Amino acid sequence: MTVAAIFFYLFSIVMIASAFMVIAARNPVHSVLFLILAFVNASALFVLVGAEFLAMILVVVYVGAVAVLFLFVVMMLDVDFAELKQGFLQYLPLGALIGIVVAVELILVVGGWSVAPGAKATNAPAITALSNTEALGLVLYTRHVYFFQAAGFVLLTAMIGAIVLTLRHKPDVKRQDISEQNARTREEAVEVKKVPSRAGV
Amino acid sequence: MDIGLTHYLIVAAILFTIGIAGIILNRKNIIVILMSVELILLAVNINLVAFSSFLGDLTGQVFSLFILTVAAAEAAIGLAILVTYYRNRGSIAVEDINLMKG
Repeated sequence: MTVAAIFFYLFSIVMIASAFMVIAARNPVHSVLFLILAFVNASALFVLVGAEFLAMILVVVYVGAVAVLFLFVVMMLDVDFAELKQGFLQYLPLGALIGIVVAVELILVVGGWSVAPGAKATNAPAITALSNTEALGLVLYTRHVYFFQAAGFVLLTAMIGAIVLTLRHKPDVKRQDISEQNARTREEAVEVKKVPSRAGV
Repeated sequence: MDIGLTHYLIVAAILFTIGIAGIILNRKNIIVILMSVELILLAVNINLVAFSSFLGDLTGQVFSLFILTVAAAEAAIGLAILVTYYRNRGSIAVEDINLMKG
Protein backbone atom coordinates (compact mmCIF):
# COMPACT_ATOMS: atom_id res chain seq x y z
CA MET A 1 0.00 0.00 0.00
CA THR A 2 1.26 3.42 -0.87
CA VAL A 3 1.30 6.33 1.55
CA ALA A 4 -1.66 7.94 -0.26
CA ALA A 5 -3.71 4.77 0.17
CA ILE A 6 -2.89 4.58 3.88
CA PHE A 7 -3.93 8.19 4.39
CA PHE A 8 -7.08 7.70 2.31
CA TYR A 9 -8.18 4.83 4.54
CA LEU A 10 -7.21 6.73 7.70
CA PHE A 11 -9.16 9.85 6.78
CA SER A 12 -12.20 8.05 5.43
CA ILE A 13 -12.46 5.69 8.43
CA VAL A 14 -12.18 8.59 10.89
CA MET A 15 -14.70 10.58 8.83
CA ILE A 16 -17.27 7.78 8.73
CA ALA A 17 -16.81 6.96 12.42
CA SER A 18 -17.29 10.60 13.41
CA ALA A 19 -20.30 10.91 11.08
CA PHE A 20 -21.76 7.91 12.88
CA MET A 21 -21.09 9.58 16.22
CA VAL A 22 -22.89 12.72 14.96
CA ILE A 23 -26.15 10.82 14.74
CA ALA A 24 -25.52 8.55 17.75
CA ALA A 25 -24.12 10.92 20.40
CA ARG A 26 -26.39 11.65 23.35
CA ASN A 27 -25.20 15.22 23.85
CA PRO A 28 -25.75 17.52 20.84
CA VAL A 29 -22.64 19.50 21.71
CA HIS A 30 -20.67 16.29 21.16
CA SER A 31 -22.59 15.85 17.89
CA VAL A 32 -21.42 19.26 16.69
CA LEU A 33 -17.82 18.51 17.67
CA PHE A 34 -17.94 15.20 15.79
CA LEU A 35 -19.42 17.07 12.82
CA ILE A 36 -16.36 19.34 12.89
CA LEU A 37 -14.09 16.27 12.95
CA ALA A 38 -15.96 14.80 9.97
CA PHE A 39 -15.56 18.05 8.02
CA VAL A 40 -11.85 18.31 8.77
CA ASN A 41 -11.31 14.74 7.57
CA ALA A 42 -13.37 15.41 4.44
CA SER A 43 -11.17 18.39 3.67
CA ALA A 44 -8.12 16.14 4.12
CA LEU A 45 -9.70 13.80 1.54
CA PHE A 46 -10.13 16.81 -0.77
CA VAL A 47 -6.43 17.58 -0.40
CA LEU A 48 -5.62 13.96 -1.25
CA VAL A 49 -7.71 14.12 -4.41
CA GLY A 50 -6.09 17.41 -5.47
CA ALA A 51 -8.76 20.00 -4.69
CA GLU A 52 -6.82 22.18 -2.28
CA PHE A 53 -8.96 25.28 -2.65
CA LEU A 54 -12.18 23.48 -1.80
CA ALA A 55 -10.45 21.80 1.13
CA MET A 56 -9.48 25.17 2.61
CA ILE A 57 -12.95 26.59 1.88
CA LEU A 58 -14.49 23.59 3.62
CA VAL A 59 -12.42 24.28 6.72
CA VAL A 60 -13.16 28.01 6.66
CA VAL A 61 -16.86 27.87 5.80
CA TYR A 62 -17.94 24.72 7.59
CA VAL A 63 -15.69 24.53 10.62
CA GLY A 64 -15.35 28.28 10.99
CA ALA A 65 -18.91 29.37 10.31
CA VAL A 66 -21.54 26.65 10.08
CA ALA A 67 -20.33 24.39 12.88
CA VAL A 68 -19.78 27.35 15.20
CA LEU A 69 -23.31 28.54 14.35
CA PHE A 70 -24.63 25.11 15.33
CA LEU A 71 -22.61 25.27 18.54
CA PHE A 72 -24.05 28.71 19.36
CA VAL A 73 -27.61 27.57 18.82
CA VAL A 74 -27.19 24.32 20.76
CA MET A 75 -25.74 26.19 23.71
CA MET A 76 -28.16 29.11 23.49
CA LEU A 77 -31.36 27.06 23.61
CA ASP A 78 -32.23 25.68 27.01
CA VAL A 79 -33.66 22.37 25.89
CA ASP A 80 -33.79 19.02 27.63
CA PHE A 81 -32.00 16.99 25.00
CA ALA A 82 -32.35 13.71 26.89
CA GLU A 83 -36.09 13.93 26.31
CA LEU A 84 -35.56 14.52 22.59
CA LYS A 85 -33.38 11.44 22.43
CA GLN A 86 -36.10 9.07 23.63
CA GLY A 87 -37.46 7.92 20.28
CA PHE A 88 -34.03 6.69 19.16
CA LEU A 89 -34.55 2.99 19.96
CA GLN A 90 -38.10 3.10 18.68
CA TYR A 91 -36.98 4.25 15.25
CA LEU A 92 -33.84 2.09 15.20
CA PRO A 93 -35.25 -0.89 13.21
CA LEU A 94 -36.79 1.34 10.52
CA GLY A 95 -33.73 3.57 10.33
CA ALA A 96 -31.33 0.65 10.13
CA LEU A 97 -33.46 -1.04 7.45
CA ILE A 98 -33.67 2.07 5.26
CA GLY A 99 -29.98 2.81 5.83
CA ILE A 100 -28.91 -0.70 4.83
CA VAL A 101 -31.14 -0.68 1.74
CA VAL A 102 -29.81 2.70 0.58
CA ALA A 103 -26.19 1.70 1.27
CA VAL A 104 -26.53 -1.60 -0.64
CA GLU A 105 -28.18 0.13 -3.58
CA LEU A 106 -25.57 2.88 -3.75
CA ILE A 107 -22.67 0.46 -3.47
CA LEU A 108 -24.18 -1.81 -6.14
CA VAL A 109 -24.56 1.19 -8.45
CA VAL A 110 -21.03 2.41 -7.76
CA GLY A 111 -19.50 -1.06 -8.05
CA GLY A 112 -21.06 -1.78 -11.42
CA TRP A 113 -20.17 1.56 -12.90
CA SER A 114 -17.23 2.50 -15.12
CA VAL A 115 -16.25 5.34 -17.38
CA ALA A 116 -16.83 4.72 -21.08
CA PRO A 117 -13.38 4.31 -22.61
CA GLY A 118 -13.94 6.86 -25.35
CA ALA A 119 -15.47 9.47 -23.07
CA LYS A 120 -13.52 12.66 -22.63
CA ALA A 121 -14.06 15.69 -20.43
CA THR A 122 -15.39 18.41 -22.66
CA ASN A 123 -16.39 21.28 -20.47
CA ALA A 124 -13.54 22.83 -18.49
CA PRO A 125 -10.36 20.83 -18.61
CA ALA A 126 -8.07 21.15 -15.63
CA ILE A 127 -4.85 22.86 -16.63
CA THR A 128 -2.03 21.00 -14.97
CA ALA A 129 0.45 23.85 -15.20
CA LEU A 130 -1.64 25.98 -12.84
CA SER A 131 -2.39 25.48 -9.21
CA ASN A 132 -5.85 24.31 -8.29
CA THR A 133 -6.92 27.70 -6.93
CA GLU A 134 -5.73 29.53 -10.03
CA ALA A 135 -7.44 27.12 -12.41
CA LEU A 136 -10.67 27.33 -10.41
CA GLY A 137 -10.56 31.11 -10.47
CA LEU A 138 -9.99 31.13 -14.23
CA VAL A 139 -13.22 29.22 -14.89
CA LEU A 140 -15.25 30.60 -11.97
CA TYR A 141 -15.03 34.24 -13.03
CA THR A 142 -15.40 33.66 -16.76
CA ARG A 143 -17.43 30.64 -17.71
CA HIS A 144 -19.52 30.40 -14.52
CA VAL A 145 -19.78 34.07 -13.61
CA TYR A 146 -23.60 34.14 -13.63
CA PHE A 147 -23.71 31.20 -11.22
CA PHE A 148 -21.18 33.00 -9.08
CA GLN A 149 -23.46 36.05 -8.94
CA ALA A 150 -26.43 33.81 -8.18
CA ALA A 151 -24.48 32.31 -5.26
CA GLY A 152 -23.93 35.84 -4.01
CA PHE A 153 -27.67 36.50 -4.16
CA VAL A 154 -28.35 33.28 -2.25
CA LEU A 155 -26.00 34.42 0.49
CA LEU A 156 -27.58 37.89 0.53
CA THR A 157 -31.04 36.37 0.87
CA ALA A 158 -29.84 34.12 3.67
CA MET A 159 -28.26 37.04 5.49
CA ILE A 160 -31.33 39.27 5.24
CA GLY A 161 -33.60 36.36 6.15
CA ALA A 162 -31.61 35.43 9.22
CA ILE A 163 -31.52 39.05 10.40
CA VAL A 164 -35.24 39.59 9.80
CA LEU A 165 -36.13 36.37 11.59
CA THR A 166 -34.05 36.85 14.70
CA LEU A 167 -34.05 40.63 15.19
CA ARG A 168 -36.54 41.82 17.76
CA HIS A 169 -37.18 45.21 19.30
CA LYS A 170 -37.78 45.21 23.01
CA PRO A 171 -39.95 48.23 23.85
CA ASP A 172 -38.46 48.84 27.31
CA VAL A 173 -34.81 49.06 26.26
CA LYS A 174 -33.20 52.52 26.09
CA ARG A 175 -31.52 53.12 22.76
CA GLN A 176 -29.63 56.03 21.28
CA ASP A 177 -31.75 57.95 18.77
CA ILE A 178 -29.41 60.28 16.92
CA SER A 179 -32.06 62.26 15.02
CA GLU A 180 -33.93 62.90 18.23
CA GLN A 181 -30.71 64.05 19.86
CA ASN A 182 -29.96 66.43 17.02
CA ALA A 183 -33.51 67.83 17.01
CA ARG A 184 -33.41 68.86 20.64
CA THR A 185 -33.79 72.60 21.15
CA ARG A 186 -32.44 74.72 23.98
CA GLU A 187 -35.93 75.17 25.43
CA GLU A 188 -36.60 71.52 26.07
CA ALA A 189 -33.06 70.61 27.04
CA VAL A 190 -32.28 73.32 29.58
CA GLU A 191 -34.53 74.64 32.31
CA VAL A 192 -33.55 77.84 34.08
CA LYS A 193 -34.72 78.09 37.67
CA LYS A 194 -34.67 80.99 39.95
CA VAL A 195 -32.92 79.83 43.11
CA PRO A 196 -33.55 81.91 46.19
CA SER A 197 -30.56 82.80 48.30
CA ARG A 198 -29.56 80.41 51.13
CA ALA A 199 -31.94 77.71 49.89
CA GLY A 200 -31.25 74.59 47.94
CA VAL A 201 -32.86 73.69 44.69
CA MET B 1 -3.42 -1.19 -4.26
CA ASP B 2 -4.29 2.06 -5.92
CA ILE B 3 -7.00 4.42 -4.71
CA GLY B 4 -9.42 5.03 -7.55
CA LEU B 5 -12.64 6.85 -8.15
CA THR B 6 -14.70 3.93 -6.83
CA HIS B 7 -13.14 4.20 -3.37
CA TYR B 8 -14.21 7.82 -3.03
CA LEU B 9 -17.68 7.03 -4.33
CA ILE B 10 -18.14 4.24 -1.79
CA VAL B 11 -16.98 6.47 1.07
CA ALA B 12 -19.44 9.15 -0.09
CA ALA B 13 -22.22 6.54 -0.36
CA ILE B 14 -21.61 5.38 3.23
CA LEU B 15 -21.64 8.99 4.44
CA PHE B 16 -24.87 9.66 2.55
CA THR B 17 -26.45 6.59 4.14
CA ILE B 18 -25.39 7.69 7.61
CA GLY B 19 -27.00 11.06 6.94
CA ILE B 20 -30.30 9.48 5.86
CA ALA B 21 -30.30 7.11 8.84
CA GLY B 22 -29.61 10.10 11.10
CA ILE B 23 -32.71 11.90 9.84
CA ILE B 24 -34.86 8.84 10.56
CA LEU B 25 -33.31 7.96 13.92
CA ASN B 26 -33.37 11.46 15.42
CA ARG B 27 -36.87 12.39 14.38
CA LYS B 28 -37.43 14.34 17.59
CA ASN B 29 -34.29 16.45 17.57
CA ILE B 30 -34.30 19.00 14.78
CA ILE B 31 -30.72 20.13 15.43
CA VAL B 32 -29.38 16.65 14.70
CA ILE B 33 -31.64 16.51 11.62
CA LEU B 34 -30.00 19.70 10.34
CA MET B 35 -26.57 18.20 11.03
CA SER B 36 -27.57 15.07 9.09
CA VAL B 37 -28.55 17.27 6.15
CA GLU B 38 -25.08 18.81 6.32
CA LEU B 39 -23.57 15.29 6.23
CA ILE B 40 -25.64 14.43 3.14
CA LEU B 41 -24.47 17.60 1.38
CA LEU B 42 -20.88 16.75 2.33
CA ALA B 43 -21.29 13.32 0.72
CA VAL B 44 -22.55 14.97 -2.46
CA ASN B 45 -19.56 17.31 -2.40
CA ILE B 46 -17.15 14.40 -2.06
CA ASN B 47 -18.79 12.74 -5.08
CA LEU B 48 -18.51 15.90 -7.19
CA VAL B 49 -14.92 16.59 -6.23
CA ALA B 50 -13.88 12.97 -6.83
CA PHE B 51 -15.47 12.93 -10.29
CA SER B 52 -14.00 16.33 -11.08
CA SER B 53 -10.52 15.26 -10.11
CA PHE B 54 -10.47 11.82 -11.72
CA LEU B 55 -12.11 12.94 -14.97
CA GLY B 56 -10.02 16.12 -15.26
CA ASP B 57 -12.98 18.49 -15.44
CA LEU B 58 -13.07 21.49 -13.12
CA THR B 59 -16.83 22.04 -13.42
CA GLY B 60 -17.48 19.59 -10.61
CA GLN B 61 -15.39 21.63 -8.21
CA VAL B 62 -17.17 24.83 -9.25
CA PHE B 63 -20.52 23.17 -8.63
CA SER B 64 -19.27 21.88 -5.30
CA LEU B 65 -18.44 25.47 -4.35
CA PHE B 66 -22.04 26.49 -5.08
CA ILE B 67 -23.36 23.57 -3.03
CA LEU B 68 -21.19 24.81 -0.17
CA THR B 69 -22.80 28.26 -0.51
CA VAL B 70 -26.32 26.86 -0.48
CA ALA B 71 -25.51 24.61 2.49
CA ALA B 72 -24.20 27.55 4.50
CA ALA B 73 -27.29 29.62 3.65
CA GLU B 74 -29.57 26.72 4.53
CA ALA B 75 -27.89 26.20 7.90
CA ALA B 76 -28.12 29.89 8.74
CA ILE B 77 -31.81 30.17 7.81
CA GLY B 78 -32.71 26.88 9.48
CA LEU B 79 -31.06 27.85 12.75
CA ALA B 80 -32.65 31.31 12.63
CA ILE B 81 -36.09 29.72 12.23
CA LEU B 82 -35.24 27.38 15.11
CA VAL B 83 -34.29 30.29 17.39
CA THR B 84 -37.49 32.17 16.50
CA TYR B 85 -39.56 29.07 17.11
CA TYR B 86 -37.92 28.48 20.47
CA ARG B 87 -38.68 32.07 21.49
CA ASN B 88 -42.34 31.67 20.66
CA ARG B 89 -43.00 28.18 21.97
CA GLY B 90 -40.24 27.44 24.48
CA SER B 91 -39.50 24.06 22.90
CA ILE B 92 -37.97 22.66 19.72
CA ALA B 93 -39.62 19.23 19.72
CA VAL B 94 -40.44 18.30 16.14
CA GLU B 95 -43.87 16.85 16.93
CA ASP B 96 -44.94 20.16 18.47
CA ILE B 97 -44.39 21.89 15.12
CA ASN B 98 -47.91 21.27 13.83
CA LEU B 99 -49.45 24.74 13.90
CA MET B 100 -49.73 24.91 10.12
CA LYS B 101 -51.72 21.72 9.57
CA GLY B 102 -52.16 21.55 5.82
